[in-house]
Amino acid sequence: MRIEIPEYCLVVLVGASGSGKSTFAAKHFAPTEVISSDACRALVSDDATDQSATRDAFELLEFIARKRLAARRLTVVDATNVRPEDRAKLVRLAREFHAFAVAIVFDLPERVCQDRNARRPDRDFGPRVVHNHVRLLRRSLKRLGREGFRYRFQFRSEAEADAAVVERQRLWTDRRDDAGPFDIIGDVHGCCDELEALLSELGYRVERDGERFGVTHPDARRLVFLGDLVDRGPRVVDCLRLVMDAVAAGVALCVPGNHETKLLRHLRGRRVTMTHGLDGTVAQLEAEPPAFHDRVAQFIDGLVSHYLFDDGKLAVAHAGMKREMLNRSSGAVREFALYGETTGETDEFGFPVRYDWAGEYRGEAMIVYGHTPVAEAQWVNGTICIDTGCVFGGKLTALRYPERELVSVPAAKVYYPATSRPLVPDADTDAPGDILAIDDVLGKRIVDTRLVPNITVREENAAAALEVMSRFAIQPNWLIYLPPTMSPCATRDSGELLEHPAAAFGYYRTNGVARVVCQEKHMGSRAIAVVCRDADVARTRFGAQGGTTGIVYTRTGRRFFGGQLAGFERQVLDRLRAAADRCGLWEKLETPWLILDCELMPWSVKAADLVREQYASVADAARLGLARAVDALERAGERGADTAELAHRFRDKADMVKGYAAAVGRYNWPVDTVDDLRLAPFHLLATEAAVHDDKDHGWHMAQLADLCQGDGLLTVTDYRVVDIGDEASCGEAIAWWEELTAAGGEGMVVKPWDFVARSGQGLVQPAIKCRGREYLRIIYGPEYTAEENLARLRQRSLGAKRSLARREFALGLEALHRFVEREPLRRVHECVFAVLAMESEPVDPRL
Amino acid sequence: MLLTVSTTHSPATDLGYLLHKNPARVQCFELSFGKAHVFYPEASEERCTAALLLDVDPVALVRGRGSTSTDYVNDRPYVASSFLSVAIARVFGSALGGRCRDRPELVGKPLPLAAGIAALPCRSGDDVRELFEPLGYEVDLEPGDDASGNYRNVTLTGRKPLAELLTHLYVLIPVLDGRKHYWVGDAEVDKLIARGEGWLEDHPRRDLIVRRYLKHRGNLANDALARLAEDAHPGSPDSDERPAREAFVALADVRLAAVARALKESNATRVVDFGCGEGRLVEQLLADPQFQEVVGVDVSVRALETAARRLRLDRMPERQRRRIKLLQGTMTYRDRRMQGFDAVAVVEALEHLDPDRLGTFERVLFEFAKPETVVVTTPNREYNVRYPGIPAGGLRHSDHRFEWTRAEFAAWADAVASAHGYAVAFEPVGDVDEALGAPTQMGTFRRCA
Repeated sequence: MRIEIPEYCLVVLVGASGSGKSTFAAKHFAPTEVISSDACRALVSDDATDQSATRDAFELLEFIARKRLAARRLTVVDATNVRPEDRAKLVRLAREFHAFAVAIVFDLPERVCQDRNARRPDRDFGPRVVHNHVRLLRRSLKRLGREGFRYRFQFRSEAEADAAVVERQRLWTDRRDDAGPFDIIGDVHGCCDELEALLSELGYRVERDGERFGVTHPDARRLVFLGDLVDRGPRVVDCLRLVMDAVAAGVALCVPGNHETKLLRHLRGRRVTMTHGLDGTVAQLEAEPPAFHDRVAQFIDGLVSHYLFDDGKLAVAHAGMKREMLNRSSGAVREFALYGETTGETDEFGFPVRYDWAGEYRGEAMIVYGHTPVAEAQWVNGTICIDTGCVFGGKLTALRYPERELVSVPAAKVYYPATSRPLVPDADTDAPGDILAIDDVLGKRIVDTRLVPNITVREENAAAALEVMSRFAIQPNWLIYLPPTMSPCATRDSGELLEHPAAAFGYYRTNGVARVVCQEKHMGSRAIAVVCRDADVARTRFGAQGGTTGIVYTRTGRRFFGGQLAGFERQVLDRLRAAADRCGLWEKLETPWLILDCELMPWSVKAADLVREQYASVADAARLGLARAVDALERAGERGADTAELAHRFRDKADMVKGYAAAVGRYNWPVDTVDDLRLAPFHLLATEAAVHDDKDHGWHMAQLADLCQGDGLLTVTDYRVVDIGDEASCGEAIAWWEELTAAGGEGMVVKPWDFVARSGQGLVQPAIKCRGREYLRIIYGPEYTAEENLARLRQRSLGAKRSLARREFALGLEALHRFVEREPLRRVHECVFAVLAMESEPVDPRL
Repeated sequence: MLLTVSTTHSPATDLGYLLHKNPARVQCFELSFGKAHVFYPEASEERCTAALLLDVDPVALVRGRGSTSTDYVNDRPYVASSFLSVAIARVFGSALGGRCRDRPELVGKPLPLAAGIAALPCRSGDDVRELFEPLGYEVDLEPGDDASGNYRNVTLTGRKPLAELLTHLYVLIPVLDGRKHYWVGDAEVDKLIARGEGWLEDHPRRDLIVRRYLKHRGNLANDALARLAEDAHPGSPDSDERPAREAFVALADVRLAAVARALKESNATRVVDFGCGEGRLVEQLLADPQFQEVVGVDVSVRALETAARRLRLDRMPERQRRRIKLLQGTMTYRDRRMQGFDAVAVVEALEHLDPDRLGTFERVLFEFAKPETVVVTTPNREYNVRYPGIPAGGLRHSDHRFEWTRAEFAAWADAVASAHGYAVAFEPVGDVDEALGAPTQMGTFRRCA
């Protein structure tokens, strides 16, 4: 016997004790697929035959079954299941998880079972039990269908059971091996003129030969119709013909809409109300012969509720699909696919309030659906409704997959009055659909990035990040990137310098990087600037409201210009936009927005309080105190006391403090207008179509030098390219560094020439900083250069910092990639949230 | 880092005997935080000056203890702080204790003394004067009062026994600095009582000195104050420094009572306190059996830990314990755990959100959590003029992103209510000023059937 079952189902074995269920299960299913009541009894009581443990054993069995079914795994229940109430429980379970219930019945002669049990030492419960089982089983046989088992198989002999072959079949919805490319078309509603126009726009050739339509695409693209082909519009019959012919020819797939199922009921002779445009369809169909009616009925009847494509990356359904229903089958799945879900309430226009499944959707698959007319197709959590109300005078929209492009043609006219709610939503209530859920960020999480797989975020770090994120960070829609931390180079063994470029070159040499770029390090504050071409772009791409056109934020995701400086943001964005206009960046990169990684100076803009209260204050105190000390020591010396050495020591201290004060002063200046600021962009991180981590730093430097031309606010970052193997080349860069730091510069950052560089050990540090001697006084304290202090400071461990830098780099770029690929907000947010969480790790802040 | 003590007593070199330090020598003492050097910049019959110079090791100071970068760049090595007090006790211990073998007659005798303290932390000259002038010193400052900055070189002159001067310095330098380098425990109270004997009891700034010396550890300070004066009634912590604070504390009680009443009247049995902080409302609600389940939510893990401690969750009886839950959560992420409650209270939390996050908050609360009742309180900005501590146009708390007038709050609440199917009623909380309204405004939203 061939036992054909869906590859996802709940298999219920039914048979008396000793009828061979377990042997059969072991032969045809993986051990992990089979949950046996005996095994569960043993798990809870250490005795597989302990009948007093039955209740607990079945609770455990159901628990395991639930977990497996929730994960969409075929599950076999190996228990006698001869009582209808036992089976009813399992059928309910199958329904709950939208799995088919399959019954395999072992209707063997009682003698066979009795003999088998007699041969087994652990089955000494006597012949009455088996007799009873067989009696109950016989009584059950006829009712299995009514009980809800869609598939039923029955063995009447040992031989039959032995000869059986189990074959698993894909669900109708399962087209995971089909990757397209597709053009997915929203609700047509008989608007065949617009459909033909759209198909031609998409590159299809539509040939009509009498009643037959021939649809072809030169690149073998295929169409997917989201249902609601009929009703309301003028050319319902043509629509049906075109779609049915294309489906028959293998050029198209189609899922049913609620209007089709209603039409089917009508065609089958049921009484249905002639509302919502069905009357128009019926009138148009009247001219057609009965054979056509039959063909339509058959076509609709054969439609599958929804499809899952491309390795689980794309799903289509008329009204949407919940993750827990995807690629499963049940009445509830079909209902959801056709109608969505309603909450039971009605809105101000008297329409049912729809349950916002898309807002809660957290699945992997992109879900494309129609059913609810919207003014503009918009992504919400990786789902998109492309019913743009063509028949109501809107437009007919297609989504190209995998390109994710929307293509529309406008309706020639209003074919059907929009008696329902207004199609164009009120601008003010048009809130972005992506509201993040706390489950998206809290607890221990693992983020898979394309550069570093499976980055773990510890629970306590996530908790710390949640506080920062919700109290201080900007709107998550804007927060599409956070920069990684940066490690300094290893320390020198001797001499009066702590950091030196040779150590950075050495690191890259060891890691097989042949070429690096050395960039001047500006001493300011890290700033990320997102610049949109206009407010419209900011609204559609970033969900921004109130006419904002971009944002400037800090490395911890705070708005850069808050409080009294709030007015600067707009001006800085305006200047950046003008610069991009000037150098034609929008056209060159074909983008309406860009994101820049920059340093914003002076330091005191962001850290004014800190500079005043802490850094400048230390200089004041030291100057006051040391001057007195030196004076006292000198006076004591003049009267012959042996204070010469001490006086020398304190004079040195005073000199060091002078150096410190100069360093602090150098990076601070008063800012009255935006022209007092300096913005130095050094990465052009991403634009509409791409994350520019595939370009080398030469490209970034060139683009940004163009951008900075002609505006004093924008500062070009000076740089040198160094061939790591060439001593002269390294030497030149070192001389340049010495020159920079002698002139009071912070130092430089050394990066691999390629944005992303790998070695045998994985990702190489994306950047290493080498800070100048004087600058480091701000970090290590004014007196760090005293030899006794230097000796101790040389011992510093960089491992933790570098590991963080690698992971944060991977996370930041992942966030950008996900944003550019238009993944749902929570997927972008997950990455930046993880960067913030990493930053709560305790690492020596001086590194 | 530098203390000089001078005298014009004749012969001035007697100072060497009193300090037990020979004016001819330069001496060095090892201390836990570095070295102390003693030497004499001048030593004549007419005038003699001893110098105590600290050489603090800046690297050892923060080794392994830093958690932010600013910990590593600090003023400690250069200022007069508790390091100096420790050095006075160690290096001039006998003089501080009033012992002198060679010149016992000088010990209790007021001498013409001058103390020079380099880089003494103080916000203004008055800070220094109000501490030292009542003790009979003349106070000289460099730079003067007009200069800005957080440090002054201070010279104190007066006729005092040396031990008294050193004692005053020993106690008052850390009071001005306010950042002791060591842990302040019970022993510190005894030390203060002993050192303060004879002058601290009647010092007009006694309470301030005690609190700051004990690093604002309230219970220690109250203990010390009670011991300093039998009839002393210790006030609330820091009351001398922040007069407005008491008013705020009282208002907080009134507000909690109002919120608890509103929740009770809503007939809610399962409630959430969004932004529960240290759990004061949660505590109050638990006392009422009407509330069968009380969930405190806050974004700060630390606040929740404090709440758990305050409520003694670990020692609560099981039946009681089951009524309460403390969760980390926030107003800007939707949260399943908040669904299905009768009421949500948002007490003085809204104003901690950036205005552009309010839209998200509204949806999280009114669209997703969707309780029957929402009680929101927020400051009434108009009332701020009644608080003397708040500058014109200022807000009540540094983390407040905005504060609303009554009209602004009403406009927001009405819009939210109508968008999400609620009806809202307003109520003033606290003393009502006819023109300005009450200090707190409360809105109670009820979901329309």
